[in-house]
Amino acid sequence: MSLHPWIFIGLFFIASAALPSVAIGANWLLGPKRPNSVKHEPYECGVEMVGSPWAQFRAQWYVFALVYVVFDVEVVFLFPWAYAYNSLGLFALFEVFVFIALLLVALWYVVRKDALEWS
Amino acid sequence: MTGLFENIVSHGWAVFLAKLIGAFVVGTAGLLWTLIGIWFERKVAGRFQDRLGPNRVGLGPKGRFNLSYKFGWAQSIADLIKIFLKEDIRNTGTDRWTFNLAPIMVTMSVVLLWAVIPFSDGWIGTDLNVGVAYLIAVGGIGTIGVMMAGWGSNNKYSLLAGFRSVAQLISYEIPMVVALLVPVLMAGSMSTQTIIRQQYIAFMFAVPMTLLIFLISGQAENGRGPFDLLEGESEIVAGFHVEYSGMKFGMFMVSEFLHAFTLGLLTAILFMGGWRIPFVPLDWVQEGKYLGSFIWNLLGFVMLLSKAMIAYFVLIWVRMTLPRLRIDHLLNFNWKFLVPLSLINLLVVAFVWKAIPGTDAINSFADAFIPSVVLLIVNMAMFLGVGAVLADKGRQERARVAARVYPETVEAAPTN
Amino acid sequence: MTVELLVFLILSALTLGGGMLVVTTRNLFHAGLYLMISLFGVAGLFVLLTAPFLGVVQVIVYIGAIAILIMLAIMLSPNITNLPNPFTAQWPVGAALAVIFFVMLITVVTPVMNELGADDWVNSDQLTVDTAGDVPADGIATLGEELVDPHKYMLPFEVASVLLMAAMIGAVLLVHPGKQAEDVIEDVA
Repeated sequence: MSLHPWIFIGLFFIASAALPSVAIGANWLLGPKRPNSVKHEPYECGVEMVGSPWAQFRAQWYVFALVYVVFDVEVVFLFPWAYAYNSLGLFALFEVFVFIALLLVALWYVVRKDALEWS
Repeated sequence: MTGLFENIVSHGWAVFLAKLIGAFVVGTAGLLWTLIGIWFERKVAGRFQDRLGPNRVGLGPKGRFNLSYKFGWAQSIADLIKIFLKEDIRNTGTDRWTFNLAPIMVTMSVVLLWAVIPFSDGWIGTDLNVGVAYLIAVGGIGTIGVMMAGWGSNNKYSLLAGFRSVAQLISYEIPMVVALLVPVLMAGSMSTQTIIRQQYIAFMFAVPMTLLIFLISGQAENGRGPFDLLEGESEIVAGFHVEYSGMKFGMFMVSEFLHAFTLGLLTAILFMGGWRIPFVPLDWVQEGKYLGSFIWNLLGFVMLLSKAMIAYFVLIWVRMTLPRLRIDHLLNFNWKFLVPLSLINLLVVAFVWKAIPGTDAINSFADAFIPSVVLLIVNMAMFLGVGAVLADKGRQERARVAARVYPETVEAAPTN
Repeated sequence: MTVELLVFLILSALTLGGGMLVVTTRNLFHAGLYLMISLFGVAGLFVLLTAPFLGVVQVIVYIGAIAILIMLAIMLSPNITNLPNPFTAQWPVGAALAVIFFVMLITVVTPVMNELGADDWVNSDQLTVDTAGDVPADGIATLGEELVDPHKYMLPFEVASVLLMAAMIGAVLLVHPGKQAEDVIEDVA
C-alpha cells in the first residue's frame, strides 16, 4: 500500500487546524481589548457565580459511555465483514447474526433494568 | 500542478507542495462555502417562518413596489466582517489552552471530512481505501472539542451542556455508523469514490430505511433540528459555547453550518449517487467521451452540489418544522428504537443481498435493477412493520398519560 | 533522513510526550487530553506501518470511545484540578525501573530484528520497505474473510460478542438505578 493518500491527510490536518487558528488570531488582532471585571465574569444568567463548576458528576453518564464503547467495538468488528461481504458465504451472515443477536439481548437487558433512563 | 513545481524543485517536493496547496484550497473552499450555506439556510428558514429572511445587504437593482432584487446576498459577508471586529472575551478562571483549542478542534473535525469527499470523478482530495471509517474517526474529534469547550469555560451551564452534548453525540453515533455499513456492504468498499461508482441505481431507491436512519442520526450528531435541546437558542443560554465570543463563537457557528451542509454532501455521496448523472453511463465520464473529461467533471460537480443542496434543504425543513425533544425522550428514542432498528435493518439488507444471486458483481444498470427492486419491497415491508410498532407505542403512551392525568374518565371510557 | 523517518519521529514524540505529560500533570482533565494525544500518535504509527484500517480503528475506538469513557470517569472524581505533586520520594525508583524495562525491551527486540534480516536496524530504513509478497493486496478484505472463517478466527469473533455482552451487563450492575437520588452535580452549594 502506498502512503501517498495519507500524506494528503496529514497536510489536510495541518491546513484544517491552521485555517480556524488564523481566523481566531485575526479576530484577536482586529478586535478591541477593553477588559472589565464584570464583563469577564462567567455568565450564569446574571447571578454571581458561586463555587467552582469543576465538581463531581454522578455515574449516570458513565453507563451511556460504557454501552457506547461496547457498540463502537462491535461496529468496528462489522466493518471488515461488510467490506468483504460479497466474497463471503451464507455462513458468515449466520455468524454475524449470532454476534448482533447477543448484543441486542444485552441491550434489551440494559433497557429492562432501566439503566438507560435519564433521571 | 505537480508539473509546474517540478521546474523549480525536485519531484518529491513538487508532489508535497501540490498536495499542501490542494489541502489549503479544499479547506478554505469548505469554510468559505459556509457563507453561502448560512445565507441559503437563513433564506429558507425565513420562508418557513413566513418572512423574507435577509433582504437588505448587498448590491442590486431596485424593483417594483420598492422591493429590492438584492436578496441580501452580502449578509454573510457583513456578518463575517462584523465578527472579525468583535472583542475576544475570555472570562475569568477559564482553562486557557482547553478553552482556546476547543473551537479549533470542533471546526477541524468538520473540515477534515472534506478530505475524502469526491467532488467529481477526478476531483477528490484523496481517495482513501478506508474512507467511510475515516469519516467516523474524524467525527470523534468534534466530541472531544465539545467536551473541552464545556470544561474549559469555568461555567456550570457550559459544563453540564458540554457533557450532555457528549451523551447525545456518542449515543447517536451508533445508528449512524451502522447505517453507514449498508452502503459499504452493497458497494463492497469503504472508498467513497468506489461507493459512488457502484451506484448504478442510487442506494436511496433500494434502501430508503437506511437513508432515514442516517438522516435522523446525522441531524442529531449535528445537534440541530429537533435535537438542538442543548443549544436551545430560542429558550435558554447557548449550551456549551455560552462563554465564547467573537471569532471563537463564530467558529462554533461555522462548524455547525458546515457540518449541516457536509451531511447533505455525505447523503448525496452515499445514497444519492454522488456526482453520477442519471442515465449517463459511467465510462462516458471516466473516459471523457463526447464532451471531454473536464466538462464531464464539471457536470458531475454541479450534479453533486445539486443533490447535496436537496438533502440540505430536507434537513433545514426538518429543523424548521419539528418541535424540540426532551433529553430523556431523545436518549430513549435512540437506545430503544434507533439502535435496534439499525442493526436489524443491517441484517435484513445483508440477508436479502445474499439471497439474490449475482449481487457480488454489479457492473451495469441491468445488474442493479432486480436487487434494488427486491430491497425496495423489503424496505416497504419494514416501514409498515416499524409504523405498526410506533403506532402501538403511541397508543400505550397516550393510555398511560390519560390514566395518570384523568384517572376517572379512563375507567368510564377505556382506550381500545 | 527520509520523510517517513521524520514523520515517525514526530509521531513518536507525540506518543511519548503525551504519555509523559499524562503522569506528570496535576490536572486530571488535562491528563485525559494528553492521553488522547498519545493515542493519536499511536494511530499515526499504525498508518505509517501501512495498516490504515488499524490506525482509523485506533482513533474510533480509543480516542472516540475509550478516552471519552475515561473523561467521564474523571468527572466522577471529586478532585480534578488539584492532584498532589507526583514527584514524591518514589519517583527515582520508578525512573530506575523504567530504564531497566527499556534495556530489557532492546535486548529482546534486537535479536528478533536481526532474525528478520534487518542488520543494524536502529540505523537502517529497511523496515519501512514492504516487499510485495509480505502484504496482502487488500488487507481489510483479508481481515473480513478470516474473521468469519471457521478455520481461522470465528471462535474469537463470537467470544468477543460474549465479552461485549458481559461488559454491558456489568455496566448495569455498576450503576443500578434506585440507589442514587443525588442531583446531577452534588457540590453546587
